[in-house]
Amino acid sequence: MDKMPKWADVILTPLISLVLAMAISALVILAIGESPAAALKTMVDGALGSSYGWGFTLYYTTNFIFTGLAVAVAYHARLFNIGGEGQAMMGGLGVALVLLSVPLPHWLLALPAAMIGAALFGAAWALIPAWLQAKRGSHIVITTIMFNFIAAALLNYVLVNILRPVGSMDPASARFPESTYLPALTDIAAAIGIQWGKNTPVNITFLIAILACLLVWLLIWRTRLGYEIRALGRSEPGALYAGISPVRIIVIAMLISGGLAGLMAINNVMGESERLVLNAVEGAGFIGIAVALMGRNHPFGVFLAALLFGFLYQGGGELALWTSIPRELIVVIQALVILFTGALDNMVRMPLERMFLALRKRRAA
Amino acid sequence: MAMTAQDAGGRPETAAPYAIELKGISKAFGPVQANKDIDLRVAKGSIHGIIGENGAGKSTLMSILYGFYKPDRGRILVNGEPIAIADSQTAIRAGIGMVFQHFKLVQNFTVLENIILGVEDGRLLRPSLAKARGVLKQLAHEYELNVDPDETIEELSVGHQQRVEILKALYRQADILILDEPTGVLTPAEADHLFRILEGLKAEGKTIILITHKLREIMDITDTVSVMRRGEMVASVSTAETSPEALAELMVGRKVLLNVDKTPARPGAPVLEVRDLHLIDHEGVERLRGISFDIRAGEILGIAGVSGNGQTQLLELLGGYPEKGARVSGAIRMNGEALDLTGAGSDARTRRRRGIGHVPEDRQTEGLIMDFTAWENIAFGYHDKAEYQKGWLMDNDAIRRDAKKYMEDFDCRPRNCDLAARDFSGGNQQKLVVARELERNPDLLLIGQPTRGVDIGAIEFIHKRIIELRDAGKAVLLVSVELDEILSLSDRIAVMFDGRIMGERLPDQTTTGELGLLMAGVTDTEHHAAEDGIPPEHRHVDDLPDETANGGPR
Repeated sequence: MDKMPKWADVILTPLISLVLAMAISALVILAIGESPAAALKTMVDGALGSSYGWGFTLYYTTNFIFTGLAVAVAYHARLFNIGGEGQAMMGGLGVALVLLSVPLPHWLLALPAAMIGAALFGAAWALIPAWLQAKRGSHIVITTIMFNFIAAALLNYVLVNILRPVGSMDPASARFPESTYLPALTDIAAAIGIQWGKNTPVNITFLIAILACLLVWLLIWRTRLGYEIRALGRSEPGALYAGISPVRIIVIAMLISGGLAGLMAINNVMGESERLVLNAVEGAGFIGIAVALMGRNHPFGVFLAALLFGFLYQGGGELALWTSIPRELIVVIQALVILFTGALDNMVRMPLERMFLALRKRRAA
Repeated sequence: MAMTAQDAGGRPETAAPYAIELKGISKAFGPVQANKDIDLRVAKGSIHGIIGENGAGKSTLMSILYGFYKPDRGRILVNGEPIAIADSQTAIRAGIGMVFQHFKLVQNFTVLENIILGVEDGRLLRPSLAKARGVLKQLAHEYELNVDPDETIEELSVGHQQRVEILKALYRQADILILDEPTGVLTPAEADHLFRILEGLKAEGKTIILITHKLREIMDITDTVSVMRRGEMVASVSTAETSPEALAELMVGRKVLLNVDKTPARPGAPVLEVRDLHLIDHEGVERLRGISFDIRAGEILGIAGVSGNGQTQLLELLGGYPEKGARVSGAIRMNGEALDLTGAGSDARTRRRRGIGHVPEDRQTEGLIMDFTAWENIAFGYHDKAEYQKGWLMDNDAIRRDAKKYMEDFDCRPRNCDLAARDFSGGNQQKLVVARELERNPDLLLIGQPTRGVDIGAIEFIHKRIIELRDAGKAVLLVSVELDEILSLSDRIAVMFDGRIMGERLPDQTTTGELGLLMAGVTDTEHHAAEDGIPPEHRHVDDLPDETANGGPR
């Protein structure tokens, strides 16, 4: 028997964690002599108060959906992919190489081509750690972290020495051809007669991200591969007993995971900056871990958690812009959210479970 | 029900207070009532058995007595004195000692170090060790509890490790000894020796509480017995006045067939032929040392043996998943065709396609994915079957349909295929696995410890289905550490010891004594016995169950 209803487990627990994190954040804001209420208002207004704010929030959300899904898929095979950051960087490189070397006359052609490049490069970057884990037992956490650093160094080298246009002082690639620019969500809205979100970076990738959530859900819960991934994640001896090859599943799960992380580049590299810059990922790979954790590795949960972190990102930026609260405080708030929803999950869950048990007992009596 | 220990066993002086008296003990875990208003009286100097199915509440009751749980209600009297047992230290001070099913010993400490652990006399170890050595010598002498005090635990056999646990309790001056399923890991000879030790302790006035699910042990050694069912104490009777059948009925709440009903086997053509199978594990230890046997259609081959003698490796190898890094040689033929021992064609998937069903020894980590629902588990291992696919996706409706049917056929309760496997009782979990493997109608069924942790009612049911499969002309390889199970199900018995088959016997032409010798590694007794003209039961071997000694200490 379940200790508490599912809705309490999935909704109530993270919500209470969130409130706790907010409460402590408020205390911190009080301690530096600012008003928590005003800060919250700034954040909400800045992130959700206008279509402009929403535009940025959803742009960040899109990044976090991809990296969150990447962590979630790997986690179902009990693989902790910390390498989303590096895989997303390599995805960016894939996008840049495709768009700069292949002449593509229209974004409808450029988009699938760039997606293939992004996914392939991201997956390739996950392949080596996956192989080492599957064949040699090298721990995936260690290897993927190391591959983040290697990716950063590699990207640096490629940008400075290969992709940098002659005469440029900026470690960035040339701009992608204009024919490959992705339609912003504003344009799509305008096409159906709605005026929305002018001058924001959110683009068609947001819709692709939602599609990705759906596909990942299908993959994990409706396909044979997903069944095998979950079985291996729960019990390796069980998988062997059932004739499921751990090597095969580890490699495939990590390829999908890396591919998803790589796909983030469609949003930030192709959709937003329209060229490859040095620090394009901006830590989204790591946020993905928190997003997956908070979303309980379920695509819908990942979507909601990504939205929350999108809000924190955009709201935090506003906070730094309009108040004297330092930008670093946002990192503190994000850290608190991660701490409460992830690491201290049981602190909230246990009392809740006890409460529901007591309630049930009273009802039975 | 009203009958208590007074009428039976124990000491004649009925005026003496009981060693243990429980009055109205209740304990609930959330909505689960583990113990309901339990009364129990154990006479001083007696051996009292507590028997019941898994989940009947035996362990909870003993944990309350040992201070692990606090009862919600009820009183505990030790030697007539009311006592509140808040923790195990209190229990130990009250003279209660516990020997757990899973030993609590430090593997790389010596026997002596383990014995003084927690009761050292001071900061320096040497005086405590010296004292313990003296006490140990005396105890060994008094109770036949011989163990080398300077050996490390990991070097000892399971039987000797158990003796260390008993010594630990005695060293803490326990007068009341609780043993939780003590014979689960022992050979018959070791079990007999244990019982001799217990008789000796009883003769010295110690009180012993024996928790077990084996009816035979209750009948053999206890003076009085209490039966638990679903958290309630349903009866306390004198052992002399009851029978295994009556106890089984009390445990389950209905009549139970203890002996398996089966007709003689009519073996057909060989289904599985195993020749000179060797397996060396990743540490270089040879786990299988030249195993050869045949199983014919319509025949059950039982493999007896103390666990850890290669049975697990044999099952895994036949099932297609030998341990990682193991080196394998030999030959296996299935229905006359060779099976791959290495390479891509040696995996469990291929084995299933060749008609091998497998109920693994460890259903919780292998046979089931505990977090998966029952219907997901019904497809486990068969999830790649064509009938479960619908284009790119799995046909979950088809799987559910099968799950519902299988659960109906095998009487799995609760009849809800959306529950996770972990929400079923041990017996019903096993029924899920057995249902999944048997419903595919395999030519060969590998089945390991089919009834471990399974309640009597389900045991009866599972045994019946295994026999039915045999009668349908299929081959069955049964591995079990329960000799009774092997004897009642098998058409032939092979005994494994140290990776070898020590001999084959027919169940109606052998005894537990003879099988016990083979399990202990005594080479083929039939031969020697024939040569010497001595019946196998009377051959002298270390630790051999000595019939004359059963009455008490010498």
